[in-house]
Amino acid sequence: MRALFFRDLALALRAGGGFGLGLAFFLIVVVLVPFSVGPQSALLTQIAPGVLWLGALLACLLSLDRLLAVDWEDGALDLLATSPLPLEGIVAVKAAAHWVTTGLPLVLAAPVLGVLLNLAPSGYGVLVLSLALGTPALSMIGAFGAALTVGIKRGGLLLSLLVLPLYVPTLIFGAEAARRAAQGLDPSTPLFLLAGITLAVLAAMPFAAGAVLRVNLR
Amino acid sequence: MSLWEYANPVKFLRLSERVQPWLWAGAAICLGVGLVWGFFFTPDDFRQGSTVKIIYLHVPSALMAINAWFMMLVASLIWIIRRHHVSALAAKAAAPVGIVMTLIALLTGAIWGQPMWGTWWAWDPRLTSFLILFLFYLGYVALWEAIEDPDTAADLTSILCLVGTVFAVLSRYAVLFWNQGLHQGASLSLDKEENVADVFYIPLLVCIGGFVLLFLALVLYRTGTEIRLRRTRALIAREARSAGLHAEGA
Repeated sequence: MRALFFRDLALALRAGGGFGLGLAFFLIVVVLVPFSVGPQSALLTQIAPGVLWLGALLACLLSLDRLLAVDWEDGALDLLATSPLPLEGIVAVKAAAHWVTTGLPLVLAAPVLGVLLNLAPSGYGVLVLSLALGTPALSMIGAFGAALTVGIKRGGLLLSLLVLPLYVPTLIFGAEAARRAAQGLDPSTPLFLLAGITLAVLAAMPFAAGAVLRVNLR
Repeated sequence: MSLWEYANPVKFLRLSERVQPWLWAGAAICLGVGLVWGFFFTPDDFRQGSTVKIIYLHVPSALMAINAWFMMLVASLIWIIRRHHVSALAAKAAAPVGIVMTLIALLTGAIWGQPMWGTWWAWDPRLTSFLILFLFYLGYVALWEAIEDPDTAADLTSILCLVGTVFAVLSRYAVLFWNQGLHQGASLSLDKEENVADVFYIPLLVCIGGFVLLFLALVLYRTGTEIRLRRTRALIAREARSAGLHAEGA
């Protein structure tokens, strides 16, 4: 399992692995927002937590179709499936590698981009915390979506259609926590709920994704 | 004699064809009586005026939109556990009906909301969760359409239906947390003395009955179509195979 994890990391970091693309996408989304809504700093302050969460979510979504499709195409997935590792474990490890290469950089970059959007000072800590709690769920749900669409050619759009509704609860609680903190309110309730969703997703989703992958590899 | 006998497509078709005329007739009678009664023979509400009458379309369609998903969930479970093809095809057949029911509920709600709330749309928890339900339906149907192999498609959509159900319920409660409601509370429940005034209530029940019958008739009809489509494809494939064998022999 560890070998698989480091293999995925190495593949993602190598040239053409797509590492940093998600980050650049996040940056561009955040930069485009003031162009579309206007540069008034009061307005930007108000929408900053939501925009940062939405940008992180879209950046995460963007890299999902690489999560399993590349290994599917060159047959590595079939090899992995015949290995003693259970498919559930393979999917979970791949989601973890996806989080480290996509989710974690987004979490770390979010406060910097928060400055661009004039985020209220009280919001930074909770923004990072909520993203750190929420993005693992995004990666794991995304792995389920990637497993569903892995056999479909050009399944990228379908993947978004399937995964985005599943992201709703995470987005609601994550953005709500960041917004409350930015407005100086107590963010603990949405943070607990967000953490609860992430834990439940991490516990249950590998089984759904593994079952789906088994069907697709049949 | 058990329910599972109807997992046999032939028996299922025979039963469904015997039942269908009754379902169609029942739906037509209930909807005809309920809608005419509701639209023309009930008084206007003292505050909402005649707009209240959209309840005869809005409430039954919203109810059936949720029940259709629930039926898909049960059918998907039966497919996953017992692998009866009829069940998977019934889930597939119910999805577009569910989409239309969701759309009717959303549209009639918007038409009622415009004069009453002064807006076509508000990000109210109930409205939002219905929109999310609509997205789930779209994803489900799109996945069915995208996969060629019918058994793979049935497996994947069943699992999506199970996971989607969990997340749809989760979203339903998450949006409650996110925004306060404009929509009134449940108009129908079993534990209240009086739900809606009786003059509105009885035609509403007739309409709900009509929608249930209509849904059943549509799903049975569409399932029958799917079964025949599957059988036709199998026959064409067999024909092509035997033609190929003859060609080799000659």
